[in-house]
Amino acid sequence: MNKIISSIAICLLFITILSSCQQDKKLPFYGERHAETVKDANGAEKIDTIYQTIPNWSFLNQDSVVTTNKATDGKVYIADFFFTSCTTICPTMHRNLITVYNEFKTNPNVMFVSHTIDFKYDRPYVLKKYAQKLGVDGPKWQFLYGSKDSVYTLAEKNYLVAVGEDSTAKDGYIHQGYLVLIDKDRRIRGAYDGTKEDQVEQLKKDIPVLLAEYKK
Amino acid sequence: MRKYIINSIFLCSIVAIIVSCQNQETIDLQNYMSNGKDIYIAKCQNCHGLNGEGLGQLAPPLTDSVFLKANKNRLACIIKNGANESLIIHGKEYKEKMPAFPELTDIDVAQVMVYATNSFGNNQGFVPYKKVSLQLQNCK
Repeated sequence: MNKIISSIAICLLFITILSSCQQDKKLPFYGERHAETVKDANGAEKIDTIYQTIPNWSFLNQDSVVTTNKATDGKVYIADFFFTSCTTICPTMHRNLITVYNEFKTNPNVMFVSHTIDFKYDRPYVLKKYAQKLGVDGPKWQFLYGSKDSVYTLAEKNYLVAVGEDSTAKDGYIHQGYLVLIDKDRRIRGAYDGTKEDQVEQLKKDIPVLLAEYKK
Repeated sequence: MRKYIINSIFLCSIVAIIVSCQNQETIDLQNYMSNGKDIYIAKCQNCHGLNGEGLGQLAPPLTDSVFLKANKNRLACIIKNGANESLIIHGKEYKEKMPAFPELTDIDVAQVMVYATNSFGNNQGFVPYKKVSLQLQNCK
């Protein structure tokens, strides 16, 4: 009888130890990375991993104001690539993104950045009209216009989203519908298919996880 | 007595057959609704939404039964050729251009139109393919 009791007790002990051993959840890092030798505050050398970051950028926003990466300083943000005359995936992406926007509307640490890939037609005033009709006009969600070269390079090299002109496509452009989550240090921490509701739900869960990393 | 039972069973089964018989229009309606739903998901849902709720001021909802009824003879043309004029729906003005869908055949247009006008709280009933085909020939 004593044996049974003690084995049960041991089992319970193990379960308690194992379940208390959970680590804080952290989001992964995407993109290129390399190791670098850095000196810490005491001057001791150590090896650190350097992750891919989003470079400086400067575009016109929906109010025709020059907007740079400084606008996102100290915030996590969600970036995507679209164009206003798109009839395929963009309406679905932004329909889903609005629900994320509404959930984090009052959180000053979260921002939204949408780049247009239609450099011919989507001038700032077109973006302004689009934003107003979408019902999200304001500084929290920036709609950015830039030259083909600057936007396409940023998309493919830095945000890792494929974009392109395609005369055979119905609307003249093709692009992926990823919503890319960027942390306060401009590193890529997530990419979610904006046309899929379950992935957008995951994004809503991951934003607080990412914000929590900065609270310590 | 036995004859009586057999007779009554026979009579009952005749009645059951008649009752379970649907008329051709109901079958067609169900057929159009199911095919129309697939076309709706592929071509319309991006902008007009899963429940026909529309998207902000960019794409109007499909829930204005009054509008649908008043424009029922134009709907097929709008579905196929798009719209380039402002439309008043639920009292709000929608000015964005709707794209054309030239790839839709007449039967596709008929099916998706019947689906939209009998979903999202609408209940306009069946419109046969022949009638839609005629409307499409007379688009402005």
